[in-house]
Amino acid sequence: MERPISPHLQIYRLPLTAVMSIVHRLTGVASIVGLLLISSLFIGAAYGPSSYDGVASIVLSWFGVLLLALFTLSVCYHLCNGIRHLVWDTGRALDLVSVHRGAIAVLVATAVLVVAVLI
Amino acid sequence: MAELTLPANSKVRSGRTFKAKGGKRVREFHVYRHDPDAGKNPSLDVYEIDLDDCGPMVLDALIKIKNEVDATLTFRRSCREGICGSCAMNVDGTNTLACIKAIEDIDGPVRIYPLPHMPVVKDLVPDLTHFYAQYASVEPWMKTDSPAPDRERLQSVEDREKLDGLYECILCACCSTSCPSYWWNSDRYLGPAVLLQAYRWIADSRDEATGERLDALEDPFKLYRCHTIMNCTSTCPKNLNPGKAIAEIKKLIYLRGE
Repeated sequence: MERPISPHLQIYRLPLTAVMSIVHRLTGVASIVGLLLISSLFIGAAYGPSSYDGVASIVLSWFGVLLLALFTLSVCYHLCNGIRHLVWDTGRALDLVSVHRGAIAVLVATAVLVVAVLI
Repeated sequence: MAELTLPANSKVRSGRTFKAKGGKRVREFHVYRHDPDAGKNPSLDVYEIDLDDCGPMVLDALIKIKNEVDATLTFRRSCREGICGSCAMNVDGTNTLACIKAIEDIDGPVRIYPLPHMPVVKDLVPDLTHFYAQYASVEPWMKTDSPAPDRERLQSVEDREKLDGLYECILCACCSTSCPSYWWNSDRYLGPAVLLQAYRWIADSRDEATGERLDALEDPFKLYRCHTIMNCTSTCPKNLNPGKAIAEIKKLIYLRGE
């Protein structure tokens, strides 16, 4: 019988830093999807008023607007955490205390940015 | 590709329960068990231990179980003071050395598993063959071209200080097996422990093979599967910083290309 693989995701208590890393990747993918949504408005507009109205009725419905709001959140998070990654690439702020402070800073900055954009 | 769930032969079933014979401070220990000869899936056995009659560390409890409750329980241990790295395992959801992890620091049942995402030889003993082969692949010894001097190769106090935080690594594999990137790509990604060891030689002023070492690491998988998740540094029982060491390697490779 082949050797079993020991449990991993099932049992590991992921620290905040790990969760934020996964969210960084998820928001990266989500932002691309959101970008398609925004682009569809422009493409619709390029084809003329009737096609724009058609696209807009979907994208600007309550559900579309909710997706756009999530898109805003996703982009803001990815931007803030991306800046954190750039700082790390210079070899700075990689001790555990700084890493945790950076995590909190990114979460606060994301919240501020989202509010600023949506207002 | 990342496999998020366990294969069929690795799913953990519930196991036996060993009740305590009285005692005031009884604590449950949930321990991963796998017997390769039984031909069955791994299981989680529950041992009740009276903490008034047990040493303070998780390793003390494991030794007590093996001595007094269930002699078949298998685990590695040696120094019992955090210097050999043998008793590396997953305790309470985090990789650590059982010998320096206090039972009192854990709330509720003490959950003990082998190091994550490793082939299990038996119970808490993972197969580290591949991990050691990866360590050998970074050629962890001093390499020089210049003729040997009549005495030791000297190093300034400042240059020696660059090795602090690197030479203390005991290769317990806690960091590598805490890293999701290593879980999904350990076939090609070297992982935090081995990369910290690689950096230990890159940072050594006496070593003359820095260029070759960086060449060998400049690879999308060996080095760049590190995404600064920082589980490695969070979990290191020796409080070292493999994440930082990896960032320094990436930086050196970038700077020499400028």
